[in-house]
Amino acid sequence: MIKVKTAEKEWNPKILAFLCNWCSYAGADLAGISRMQYPPNIRVVRVPCSGRVNPYFIIKALQRGWDAVLVSGCHPGDCHYISGNLVARRRFAVLKDLLEYLGIEPGRVNFSWVSAAEGEKFANVVKDVVQKVKALGPTKRLVKGVVPYGKP
Amino acid sequence: MENLENSIREVAEKLLSEKKVDLIIGYERGTLPLRTTPCFVDKVEDIQKLVWNASCDANLSKYVVGRKEKVGVVAKGCDARLIAVCVIEKQFPRENVVIIGVPCLGVIDRKKIEMELGDREVLEAIVEDEQIKVKGEGFDLVFPKNDFLCDSCLTCKHRNPPIYDVFVGEKVPEITEANEFAEVSSLESKSAEERWEHFKEELSKCIRCYACRNVCPLCYCKICFVDQTMPAWFGKTNDLADTMIYHIVRAFHVAGRCVDCGACSRACPMDINLRELMKKTEKIMKERYGYEAGVSLEKVPPLGEFKMDDPQEFIK
Repeated sequence: MIKVKTAEKEWNPKILAFLCNWCSYAGADLAGISRMQYPPNIRVVRVPCSGRVNPYFIIKALQRGWDAVLVSGCHPGDCHYISGNLVARRRFAVLKDLLEYLGIEPGRVNFSWVSAAEGEKFANVVKDVVQKVKALGPTKRLVKGVVPYGKP
Repeated sequence: MENLENSIREVAEKLLSEKKVDLIIGYERGTLPLRTTPCFVDKVEDIQKLVWNASCDANLSKYVVGRKEKVGVVAKGCDARLIAVCVIEKQFPRENVVIIGVPCLGVIDRKKIEMELGDREVLEAIVEDEQIKVKGEGFDLVFPKNDFLCDSCLTCKHRNPPIYDVFVGEKVPEITEANEFAEVSSLESKSAEERWEHFKEELSKCIRCYACRNVCPLCYCKICFVDQTMPAWFGKTNDLADTMIYHIVRAFHVAGRCVDCGACSRACPMDINLRELMKKTEKIMKERYGYEAGVSLEKVPPLGEFKMDDPQEFIK
C-alpha cells in the first residue's frame, strides 16, 4: 500500500487576476516566455480591456472567497480602445475608496498598469500582491456563508 | 410658511390655468399627523389641496422621472438638484418640467420626535415656522423645530434651489459654517477593523425591503441589479455578505449623483444610517474630481467622463 506523506499544508492565497488582452495579458506572457519566476497564486481571466471589468466582478470574487483581486490594464494613453482604461480608472478609484471605507483591507483589491513589454513589472506586481495578501491572511470579510480555505 | 403656501398655490394656479403645465406635483396633508403625501393636481379646483410646511419631506423628483406630460414641481433645494441630475442623465427633457423653487429651512425627522415621545402616539400635530405642537392622549407638547430636523438638513449647503424656473418667497441664508463631512471624517479616522465592525453592526439590521432604493429618485433602472436573474449577480438573502454588497453597489451606483436629500435614511424602517455611505461617495467625488451633483445642468457626473490626468495614486 502506498503511503502518501501529507505535510502540514501551508495556506496559499488565491488571487483572481483580470488582465487586459492587449497589454497585461501579453505582459504576463512575456514574463512566462522570459522564464521569470513569480508566485503561482494568481488565476488569470483574460478580458478585452480593463474597462470591461465591471465592479460587480471584483465584489463577486471577494464574496466567493477569493483572497484578493488584481486588475491590470494598459498604461493611460495606450488603451487599444483609446479610453477604456481611463473610464475604468475612475470607476476603480471610487470602488476602492468605498471598499476601504467599509473596512475591507486595502490589499484585497489591486490595480496596475502593465504594458506588453513589461514582463518584469508583471512578475513584480504579482510578487507584491501575493506578499501583501499573505500578510493579511485568508479573506473573511464579505465572504458569503462559510467557504473552506482554498476553495473559492 | 402660510405665505409660502399661498404663493405656491398662486404660482401653481397660474401655471395650470395658462396651460404651461398639465400637472402640478406638490404636497398635500397626509392622513397621519406630521405627514404629508405627494399630491398630483391637474385641475384648478384642486389647487387648495397643496400645502407647504416642514413635514414636506418626500423627494418629488422621483415622480417626474418617466413622465411624458409637462409638469410643475414644488421643489426644495434637494429636489431641484435631483431634477437637474435626472435632466443631465436624460430621464426627461428640461423643458418638460417647471421647477417651482421653494426656500427650505429643513424638514422634520419624524423618527426623532417618536424617539422623544417613546411609547406615546401623536394624534394631532401642527407644524409652525419655529415650533412643532404635538398632542396625544395625556400630553400636549411644544418642541422647537430646529432640534428635530433631518440630519441631512443640518448641514445642507443648498437650502435655496440652485436651479429653478419660478422662485416662491424670499431666499433664506445658506448654512456656511457646518462641516457636512464630519461624520464621514470621524469614521475615516478609525481603523479598518473598527469601521468594518461599525458597518457590520449597522448593515446587519437591514431586512432587504429595498425601501431605500424605491424612494431614491436616482434608482430608476428598469431592472435593479439585485433583481436581475440572468445573470443573478448577488444573492437576495440577508446573509451579511449579500446585504453589504447590496449597499456597497447601491452607493457605487449613486456615487457622483447623490445630493444627500436623506430620503433613504428617512425611508429605512430599521433606522440604518445610510447617509454615512452616501456622504462618503459625495466626499470621494468632491475630493477626487471636484464635483458637486445637481448644481449645474452642463457638468457630467464624474463616472460619466474621464480626464487624462485623473489621480491614480492607487494604481501600481
